[in-house]
Amino acid sequence: MGAADELVARVCTLVGADVVDSHTHVGDATVLVPVDRAREVLQRLRDDPGLAFNLLVDLTAVDYLGREPRFEIVYHLASLDLVPPAGEPCRIRHRLRVKAGVTEKRCEADSVCALWDAANWFEREVYDLYGVVFRGHPDLRRILLYDEFEGHPLRKDYPKERRQPLIGPRN
Amino acid sequence: MTQSAIQRAQRAKGDLHTETQVLSMGPSHPATHGTVKIILEIDGEEIVEMDVQVGYLHRGFEKECESGTWYQAIPYTDRLNYNSAILANLAFCMAVEKLLGCEIPRRGIWVRTLASELSRMGDHLTRLGAACLELGAMTPFLYGIEARELCWDLQEMLCGARVTSNYIRIGGIQRDVTPGFIERLHASLVRIEVLLADFDKVVTSNRIFVDRFRNTGMLPLEKLISYGVTGPMLRAAGVPLDLRKAEPYLAYDEIDFDVPIGTTGDNYDRFLVCQEELVQSIRIMRQCVPVLEKTVGEAVNVVDPRVRWPGKERVFGRMEELIQLFKGVTEGIKVPVGEAYAAVESPNGELGFYVVSDGTGKPYKVRCRPPSFTNVAPMREMLVGGMLADIVPTFDMINMIGGECDR
Repeated sequence: MGAADELVARVCTLVGADVVDSHTHVGDATVLVPVDRAREVLQRLRDDPGLAFNLLVDLTAVDYLGREPRFEIVYHLASLDLVPPAGEPCRIRHRLRVKAGVTEKRCEADSVCALWDAANWFEREVYDLYGVVFRGHPDLRRILLYDEFEGHPLRKDYPKERRQPLIGPRN
Repeated sequence: MTQSAIQRAQRAKGDLHTETQVLSMGPSHPATHGTVKIILEIDGEEIVEMDVQVGYLHRGFEKECESGTWYQAIPYTDRLNYNSAILANLAFCMAVEKLLGCEIPRRGIWVRTLASELSRMGDHLTRLGAACLELGAMTPFLYGIEARELCWDLQEMLCGARVTSNYIRIGGIQRDVTPGFIERLHASLVRIEVLLADFDKVVTSNRIFVDRFRNTGMLPLEKLISYGVTGPMLRAAGVPLDLRKAEPYLAYDEIDFDVPIGTTGDNYDRFLVCQEELVQSIRIMRQCVPVLEKTVGEAVNVVDPRVRWPGKERVFGRMEELIQLFKGVTEGIKVPVGEAYAAVESPNGELGFYVVSDGTGKPYKVRCRPPSFTNVAPMREMLVGGMLADIVPTFDMINMIGGECDR
């Protein structure tokens, strides 16, 4: 049993009731949870002293057009050993990928800004490029694109060549 | 800060008028080496509120990657952090190789290690030199840029391009080091050491410089962790996290080097950490040389036409190889279905790629986890309550690279 399988087993012991699916492909541990439970699961993963996922490395989404649920929010977590033995560099204890499916009809998820500050900009980006709304986000507005931009460009049904209306200078 | 405390006290008593002023800084500002717009609300010289607006260099990197083959995505990764393009190439290729499950030959690994450090030096030299320039010191900038030129000349010898390298390939590298590279490397490193010493003499203990850098741009450690800040910014705050040690990739577990850390996490510590990392990079490169000398003539790429198509000398002589090249270029390599995340230690912190493949010749999703993005996010918290003059040094040490932050 590899380290990734072991990690998935530990995660399942902690939040097993919420884990819909899990796999360890090419050494990456992944668990799939229902979107409405994602925030709760992530909080428990962060606060559990053994797992201690103190770093939200990345938060993104993938559009699986034609599949149900259409979107998947992907959280990359890492557990950073903050007090290494004297003189030793820090270790990353383990990394975990948590995924949550989001349907096109109810295109929303709970914000995890209260758990990690990093989520603030990441969620704004996912909102900007995929149109997923994060409930409870303190400042949900576009981040990379401008306010007048129409549509969400990383959705698979957004054509790459699509032109946007010109906007005049703003003051 | 003391003065603003007095001002606050006076304001509470009603002695001073309390009107604040809104100032728009950027998106193209001569004292920032990144394209960012900052809306500031200032009270005199004190920052009351600020909104950092990124996205001015957004050009649809992820969307563009999805429309080409896996190989065609590599030149786009050059344009993420254009100061250290090789590292972005490397992170992307490592993620794809994880899915393909290919093992790079030993010589290839060591050439990649050397190229990574060369790239890191170029980035750190830009950061340190530009920081001085933006505070009004032209001379140290020229020392830094001269050293960077030497790095870029070496990079040109490696891959023919000075900036947008496109050097690392899925399953190997573009080509082995050219003859004369090692000699040139030795000579350049000696010269760079001299330049770094000169740079150090001019800047590090300069009173004006120290006053502007010390005790500015600080953030408590818990906040840095919560914001997902990595790289020199985290190390300056005393956390020795370096992916080269934490999760050794390439040949880093066989190399002897130190991870410098700071104590307070202010801009001055960040500066010192970067300076020491340059010294460590030189140390790493010197350790790469004996291995390269011992393995001359060995393969640098995986021998598998489904991943890395054969070289031109074979393609032009044999039918089989010609077909393999044709299929590889037109259809693209087929990456097995699945998802993978791989990360490297870039000059700004953890640079990761999350790739999803649906088994066709094109990537289904290429996500770049940009360290610049996570490092700029806490800028508001670092600066609110500070002085207007702290913005430039803090922004310099964050080293936001628009190409990478905005993608």
